[in-house]
Amino acid sequence: MSIAEPSTFGGEHPLLDLLSDFIIELRRAGLPVSLTENLDAMEAVTHIPIEDREAFKYALGATLVKNHAHWKAFEVVFEVYFSLRGPEYEVIREGDDALSGEDGEIGAGDGQQPQGGGGGMQSLTPEQLAEMLFKALMNGDAAMLAALARQAVTRFAGMEPGRPVGGTYYLYRTLRNLDLDDLLDQLMEASREEAPEDLTPLEERLERDEFSDRIEQLKREIEAEIRRRLVADRGIDAMAKTLRKPLPEDVDFMHASREELANLRKAIYPLTRKLAARLARKRRHGRKGALDFRSTMRHSLSYGGVPAELKFRYPRPSKPEIMVVADISGSVAAFARFTLHLVYAISNQFSKVRSFVFIDGLDEVTRFFDGVEDIGEAVHRVNTEADVVWVDGHSDYGHAFGVFWERFNRDVGPKTTVLVLGDARNNYHASQSWILKEVQHKARKVYWLNPEPRAYWDTGDSIVGEYGIHCDGVFEVRNLRQLERFVEKLV
Amino acid sequence: MSHRFEDVASVRTKLADAKYLADEGIAGIVYLADRLGKPVIVEGPAGTGKTELAKCVATITGARLIRLQCYEGLDESKALYEWNYKKQLLRIQTEGDSNWSEIEDDLFSEEFLLTRPLLEAIRAEDPVVLLVDEVDRLEIETEALLLEILSEYQVSIPELGTVVATQIPMVFLTSNATRELSEALKRRCLYLYIDYPDLERERQIVESKVEGINENLADQVARIVRSIRQLDLKKHPSVSETIDWARTLVLLGIDKVDAQTATETASILLKYRTDIEKVVKEFADNPDELTPDGV
Repeated sequence: MSIAEPSTFGGEHPLLDLLSDFIIELRRAGLPVSLTENLDAMEAVTHIPIEDREAFKYALGATLVKNHAHWKAFEVVFEVYFSLRGPEYEVIREGDDALSGEDGEIGAGDGQQPQGGGGGMQSLTPEQLAEMLFKALMNGDAAMLAALARQAVTRFAGMEPGRPVGGTYYLYRTLRNLDLDDLLDQLMEASREEAPEDLTPLEERLERDEFSDRIEQLKREIEAEIRRRLVADRGIDAMAKTLRKPLPEDVDFMHASREELANLRKAIYPLTRKLAARLARKRRHGRKGALDFRSTMRHSLSYGGVPAELKFRYPRPSKPEIMVVADISGSVAAFARFTLHLVYAISNQFSKVRSFVFIDGLDEVTRFFDGVEDIGEAVHRVNTEADVVWVDGHSDYGHAFGVFWERFNRDVGPKTTVLVLGDARNNYHASQSWILKEVQHKARKVYWLNPEPRAYWDTGDSIVGEYGIHCDGVFEVRNLRQLERFVEKLV
Repeated sequence: MSHRFEDVASVRTKLADAKYLADEGIAGIVYLADRLGKPVIVEGPAGTGKTELAKCVATITGARLIRLQCYEGLDESKALYEWNYKKQLLRIQTEGDSNWSEIEDDLFSEEFLLTRPLLEAIRAEDPVVLLVDEVDRLEIETEALLLEILSEYQVSIPELGTVVATQIPMVFLTSNATRELSEALKRRCLYLYIDYPDLERERQIVESKVEGINENLADQVARIVRSIRQLDLKKHPSVSETIDWARTLVLLGIDKVDAQTATETASILLKYRTDIEKVVKEFADNPDELTPDGV
């Protein structure tokens, strides 16, 4: 296998070595890369020179990443492994720092430190720098922004070799010094002055979006720059490890950060669409039913009266009726939100969906979802408007079940499937598990979904085991992947 | 085997000549598909030019486009080949009582074979581009139909033997991601995700696709669409909807969009009532005066 310009790199096949390390890291990050894909990637890079970094990235992406949700993770790993390669990162542009080692032999432990590059920008006063930044943003000058991002990192991040601080710390320091929020207002002010006449609100809105976009661009540049320097400082492996993040479908509901939650919310819509399509399909093509005599005879006419093609009636299994009973106390609220969202998004798969939420009191919230197009909005209302506190706002499953039994036990019938969502941490209140037993008696099925890792069950005040004996199944549902699997099984 | 493209840049310029503005990723992957002789799965939101890409590649390589539209319930006889029963029946009847073994040989010959798109693409002597459209509509089981073709470029017909492609056609499979495609299929293909274009590219697309549009309007259109896409909507405007909108504006003789025109023509960009309401609320000068019903 010939490699594009192997001479650029010392050693026999350093690119292939690097590539196989790269792929190992992708697998560690959770991306499913098969052997064939690995080989494809190796072949692909022979056709695209590594100098063309964008094309090189897409070539690797096309062969290794077959799911768009994984693209972000891929990009991060790619940057860590190849960030110091490619010409634009090796040449010293006006005032930039020379970053890379001579042959791109990074990660050997002695990666060169960013030296404060001499050139023009270093001698600027902070005011002049701010001025230049302002102009670059105003004109949307991408190359200038990139250069300024580097300069800003050199100046403000205060990066020291070997210091065990994460990239976010440096990012925070840099951004604090740049004061970008203020900058946006200044930019708007300037463009208002520049305009020949007054800006209409629409124009103003468009301008603002444009500037925000450019500022985002600047932030990304700064982030990338910090990452590059950290890689140079600590070496590829260490960086790859610190940057490893769970894929969206593996993010734990209970420990998701704000950003991860936002990503989860974005991921849930396509997920429900997929799920709905798959479920509808499954329902129709589940199994074949009895012979459809009429249709068979009709089709036999095209074979001269020979019933060569048998036609069957497809059975239409009845749709289950769902009752969701969800704990929405702090620790498990995110989980309840996502499950409610998912269940309502595919509610046409069920003949009826009713939902109840509780902390220590219980309230029916079906009304919030009636005739609402925007499920996210309804879920939000559930969290703010439902009347779920009875005494002190700490989970009390026993009492909540008591209320459920008292008010709604007549509605539980042989067609009903009851889903209980919660971690069963009862704060040492009475369990009242007899209610669950009665419910199981009346209902078709009772399932319990627990967002805690299985290892924590029945520790401390968790009594999921006691409730579990009265359920037809208790499932650990910590992330979207598990949730999806469960819902599919449910229908 | 000779290749269709010399380098990535040439793919890009040729596509641009066919009025398809490719970005780095698209051009790179088309080039790679040619070099590696592999099919490409094209995924992305609706209306971003997935099908169009295949058509344009066919145009620029001077190849015939063979299209297989997938739908639920598509089977072998619609996708690969089918024996022409009726003709076979007639053949048996006309022969009357002549030698059976002779007829039998005759019945399963090329004469009675109806080729369907996949087999047609394999047997083609002239250059072809095979487009398998909306492959996610197939059931998982039917997907397996494609595997032999995509990895070996051959079709096995029990009665005739194996038909091997004389030349490797370029193959594009498009998907709207309504379901996850099977691992087996993904493994055999390159993967290309076409997202909404960035501002600059969208502006260029509008300029090249809409006749008689001036630069200013195109820029404005692209900007407004970008701002709309940043909102939290049920369905974001696609590129084709952007183009439709720009065409409408040109037809209406508008050369500068203001809030009034934008909200009045929003129904071309957006297809859900709640979405339109949201956008009108965001962009109108005075949201109280405008109602989305005036659209």
